[in-house]
Amino acid sequence: MLNQQKYSIALVFLFLAVILTALFNISLGSVNIPISEVTASLFGFETEKETWKYIILNYRLPKAITAIITGSGLAVSGLLMQTLFRNPLAGPYVLGLSSGASLGVAIVLMGASVFGATFGAILLSEWSLVIASSLGSLLVMFAVILASVRLRDTMAILIIGLMFASLTAAIVSVLAYFSPASQLQQYVFWSYGSLGNLSWEEVSILSVFWFLGILTSIRSIKNLNSLLLGEQYARSLGTNINRNRFMVIIATSLLAGSITAFAGPIAFVGLAVPHLVRQIIPSSNHITLVPAVIFGGAILMLICDTIAQLPGSEYSLPINAITSLIGAPVVIWLLVRKRKFNF
Amino acid sequence: MRTETPNIVLKTDKLSIGYRKKGISQVVASDIDIEIKEGELIAVIGVNGAGKSTLLRTLSGIQPGLSGEVFISDKKISKIDPSELSKNISLVLTEQLISKNLSVLELVALGRQPYTNWIGRLNRTDLKKVMHAIKLVDIEEIRNKKCHELSDGQFQKALIARALAQDTSLIILDEPTTHLDLFHKAYVLKLLQQLSRETKKAILFASHEINLALQLCDKMLILKNKKALYGQPVDLIQSDSFKDLFPSHLIHFDKESSSFKIK
Repeated sequence: MLNQQKYSIALVFLFLAVILTALFNISLGSVNIPISEVTASLFGFETEKETWKYIILNYRLPKAITAIITGSGLAVSGLLMQTLFRNPLAGPYVLGLSSGASLGVAIVLMGASVFGATFGAILLSEWSLVIASSLGSLLVMFAVILASVRLRDTMAILIIGLMFASLTAAIVSVLAYFSPASQLQQYVFWSYGSLGNLSWEEVSILSVFWFLGILTSIRSIKNLNSLLLGEQYARSLGTNINRNRFMVIIATSLLAGSITAFAGPIAFVGLAVPHLVRQIIPSSNHITLVPAVIFGGAILMLICDTIAQLPGSEYSLPINAITSLIGAPVVIWLLVRKRKFNF
Repeated sequence: MRTETPNIVLKTDKLSIGYRKKGISQVVASDIDIEIKEGELIAVIGVNGAGKSTLLRTLSGIQPGLSGEVFISDKKISKIDPSELSKNISLVLTEQLISKNLSVLELVALGRQPYTNWIGRLNRTDLKKVMHAIKLVDIEEIRNKKCHELSDGQFQKALIARALAQDTSLIILDEPTTHLDLFHKAYVLKLLQQLSRETKKAILFASHEINLALQLCDKMLILKNKKALYGQPVDLIQSDSFKDLFPSHLIHFDKESSSFKIK
């Protein structure tokens, strides 16, 4: 009935793929560690070389977890936004969250030249970028939520999100215009996104937000399904449109906001993963789609991160570029091959 | 247990419909007094802009009336919360953005939402009602097709099945025959008649198919000159209710054949 069984099998395979890609992700890097040693150290056994265990537990594992959280979180927010706005082009950042975050970061990094040196010195601490980006996201999020409470038309929220994005981008441009090259470069590096550099402490904070966001998303599954019929039908099925919209915006803000704060603005994953997943599992039912998108997002991010590390070399590429470099051709290939667009 | 007198599903009391803009009421129609009983098939007719959609929206609780009341099984509609209302009225709408990636089965199954648990899982009763609805409108062979693969007529049937699965005493349809050819128009309306007989559900629909409605409906509601005329087709014909429905220089109502003719 409803192809549910077939989809359940696909979900199991996706989950196994997450574990597999995670193992590869941990094993590959500037130093390649054999998979057997990776599993050994993950289960607490001794490894051949003591440094391997150190690398895995302090660098590779938190990075892999960050990849799983960012990939799945952004993908779920993308799915939520696509269903809420009934728009295949919507993604986690349509509400202007990333532009809010970039504004916060831009003010911290480049504000010094505009507002004076002391201002910059106060703000530049270890957590300053995370805090600035969270504050920026929060600011935009509150503005959008305020608008969403007053507006009855869901589509108007989409436009308002885009307007906020343009507005903040304009302010960032002005800041960048007056900034010296070194600070501008710092900002550009932030905008590349980064999955490493997160301490266990930061990973645990991020995972709390992720967990809350995912829970809120799961709570919205039934209402999201009713939205597949359009708002009027959803209402006639007993869905509280405004409350659901609020919940979905909260879930997206929790997920995309916290991820952007810790890992920078990571493009493409949120927009593309729901489409990739729909090609594999041609269902519209969010009971199937939400877990599938969680796994799919994690897989894509783990693969992209593995490639970005350029295994065996000293260099690494910006993750934000890799997600699009890998993801875009895959989406194009899938669409051309199937000649049909499932949305 | 069915009593001799059929239950009243919906009743209005001096209902006035329309819009409120900046405190000023714009009345579309007033003094609407109707009673809809179970098993009845009722057509709402009127020229474009007469307020058919506004009336349907008001009766289904989407939009508040300007004055008067709508009662759903003796309860004021404004006092019924949405989840309760969803077990009383189901809708079939036109021009809605329905995800065409849904399969017919998934579409019909969504009709069970008022009854399913927090995540929307279907239990055995739900599945049974879904399959029954699919069988009633005769779309069993296409139940695994995606909605974008359906013809307009099939899609309309799937939407009707979804409303049936919602298991309400009243189904309201907004112009269910638009985009359909003459055969399918007649087919869908005949299907509605059949369903109202078999399921004892009251079915109310807005339509421009006056000639077909005259032949099939138990009652008709004519919206004309901001008033509502309600009754059995025979009585409405007798009282010349159709006479000036349209500008008479082009079409007129022929009482003999109970249909509109071009002059």
